[in-house]
Amino acid sequence: MKKICPILLISIVSLFCMLSCETFEPVAVDDSALLDGPVADLSAAEHIQFLKGDASFNNQVFSSSNGLGPLFVSTSCGSCHLGDGKGHPFTTLTRFGQTNETGNQFLKLGGPQLQHRSIPGFTPEQIPAGATFSKFMPPANTGLGFLDAVSDSDILLFADPDDLNGDGISGVPNWVELKAYVMPRDGSVAQNGKYIGRFGKKAATYNLLQQTAQAYNQDIGITSTFEPTDTYSGVEIDPEISNQEIQDVVFYLKTLKAPIPRQADSDVLSGKQLFLNVGCGGCHRPEMKTASTTIQSLSNKVFYPYTDLLLHDMGSGLDDGYTEGSAKTSEWRTPPLWGLGLSKNSQGGEYFLLHDGRAKSIEEAISLHGGEGTKSKESFELLSTEERRKLISFLESL
Amino acid sequence: MKKFLTSVFVVAISTPLWSQVDSTLFRRVNKDTSKLLLNMDAVYNRPFLSVGKTPVALGGYVEANWQHLGTDGLTEGHQFQMKRLTLFVASSISRRIKFLSEIEFEGGTKEINIEFASIDFEFHPLLNFRGGVVMNPIGAFNQNHDGPKWEFIDRPTSATQMLPATWSNVGFGIYGKKYRKNWAYAYELYLTNGFDDQIISNAQNKTYLPATKLNRDRFEESFNGEPLITAKIALRNKKVGELGVSYMGGVYNKFQMDGFTLDKKRRVDVWALDFNTVLSFSKTYLVGEWAFVNVDVPDTYTQQYGNRQSGGFLDVVQPVIKKDIFGFQKSVVNVVCRFEYVDWNVGKFKETDGNMSEDFVSVVPGISWRPTPLTVLRLNYRYNWTTDILGNPPSKTAGFQFGFSSYF
Repeated sequence: MKKICPILLISIVSLFCMLSCETFEPVAVDDSALLDGPVADLSAAEHIQFLKGDASFNNQVFSSSNGLGPLFVSTSCGSCHLGDGKGHPFTTLTRFGQTNETGNQFLKLGGPQLQHRSIPGFTPEQIPAGATFSKFMPPANTGLGFLDAVSDSDILLFADPDDLNGDGISGVPNWVELKAYVMPRDGSVAQNGKYIGRFGKKAATYNLLQQTAQAYNQDIGITSTFEPTDTYSGVEIDPEISNQEIQDVVFYLKTLKAPIPRQADSDVLSGKQLFLNVGCGGCHRPEMKTASTTIQSLSNKVFYPYTDLLLHDMGSGLDDGYTEGSAKTSEWRTPPLWGLGLSKNSQGGEYFLLHDGRAKSIEEAISLHGGEGTKSKESFELLSTEERRKLISFLESL
Repeated sequence: MKKFLTSVFVVAISTPLWSQVDSTLFRRVNKDTSKLLLNMDAVYNRPFLSVGKTPVALGGYVEANWQHLGTDGLTEGHQFQMKRLTLFVASSISRRIKFLSEIEFEGGTKEINIEFASIDFEFHPLLNFRGGVVMNPIGAFNQNHDGPKWEFIDRPTSATQMLPATWSNVGFGIYGKKYRKNWAYAYELYLTNGFDDQIISNAQNKTYLPATKLNRDRFEESFNGEPLITAKIALRNKKVGELGVSYMGGVYNKFQMDGFTLDKKRRVDVWALDFNTVLSFSKTYLVGEWAFVNVDVPDTYTQQYGNRQSGGFLDVVQPVIKKDIFGFQKSVVNVVCRFEYVDWNVGKFKETDGNMSEDFVSVVPGISWRPTPLTVLRLNYRYNWTTDILGNPPSKTAGFQFGFSSYF
């Protein structure tokens, strides 16, 4: 009996481990603490496509053997959007060459995007002499499908180009020309053959297909039937990624869930009221709704992105002298604030806020607001220390 | 054609004949334990079976396991894995010329590799020549990696993913040993084919030396015509243990083609320190290895591929029971723990001067039972922390593994 005991004990322990193994495995992080994950109520087929897109976006790494570059910014989608969150100065990209609505004057010299890295044997691009430029911090991907599904008419309702209500805020859409492969949404509003852009720092990108195809091409150097021009040679080459894979990634981006607000305590609720009182909500509009779309989970939903998807003059301090579409160089699209509190979890434990990551805290980001944001910034600065803490708590709860 | 048909015939008739051989004719080849054995002796320090008086000895080992691992709340459930099946064939061509080959099937037949296939000529104990497919003596694990010798189901991450164990190449070199009282001294020096540029251009999105193993041509041609130098010195004291220092380095990139210069010569250099000992007061066995990898990555490339890596492991094996169990005489039960660490990207971001993370930390406690010295049953609990390059909150993986490994 004595001889059997140790082995019997090990056998029982082994059996116990096998039967209750999940008890000893790391538990899932609460959904509200993560930016990734799908929207609720996707069908099985939609889940499968989501997972395919997830794999392409986060796991597929490009190297010289499968099309990377030869000039590039990054080696995968996920490298710039770790955990589907905001990027880091390491993954910041640079655009150059356009100073007004007449277009980019440096397209033949590599514009609009700088590919500042290259595979061995090639020389990366340099910003051409005389070109102004701006650095762009990769944004979070969350909730993009909701923003994509807002109707143009709703966006135009927020616009106030002549500041008729006298609040000092005069949002305007960025009217952009559509690429040949981009189909306008149902009910789109056009103006002189141009449509309302809604993605990117300058809102110069119309939809997520354009965003995805351009990012593969300009960021990774991957050609597709949508964007067939090699950024190094400037000539059209064979596609290096399939249409299906791009569409899977588009679907993934569309169906990433909206960030879930956290910690709704009294401080946060007070902070939200202060946020609205000082006028932040004039641009960072709390609520939007989607129109009908082919993805049921996104259709006719009310959501809370804290943006108006419009361009606003942010003053000379944030004017880099570079622009896109019909935006002026000092105009920037209101970035959604949802997910702001989780930014540190994708930016290496620090904040890198505003379009180029220059602000290292939420307070600093507010203090750098100028132009149409000046009034709200000054109102924020007049708040007591306690009130400012509550307002920041609210922003961190998003 | 005639020769071929004759060969086929001989093989065809010999197979059933061998199957009828009385198994009592098989005999274990006794290992030479009269001298201090070092890690470099591991390839021949294996249990072989020979048949009758034939000069050929056969051997091998098998490893299989069950595991249930979860990562951040997600699991792939119960997994049964045939980790590897390895076959050895050794033969003494003469008293001082011998041949050994090792063929490994990993993950079923997903990978089939010749890990070792070389001839050794002994001219003098201090001067032996070895040529063929040799195992580069970087660290200790690469040469001494047989599953039944270890108390853990997974091989150490630093040894198999930072260093590319099992890492063998075509080449040749010399080695020798000297014994003096309680000491053994040894050296090894090899020139082989080397790495290629996949080490900084791969699906792992990080500097990854094992990526070169995807190059199927590496056993017949060098990627760039430059030899990889691997050298090791080791010493062992009967009472203290073994210490080894090894180096492996060479050019990894294709710097010229058809006479045209493509790039400067870019080097990969690896240093490793390994040791093993038994604490006399507790009979605790300690074995560990630490390595440093330096790769000349072009400045214009991405820092995603680091130019420095470091990492290693420490295994602690404590025998707790040594007695007859189920009729297995002197079987041993060990309580074990492995500590692992790899920093895949040592250095700072150019943009922020902040630390690049991309770290791997693992703790693997477990229990092993050795009914015989050649067979081990293992129960491990693995817990890993994996941090991305920016140092965001780590991904955690943990779970139980149970399996066996045995020479046959």
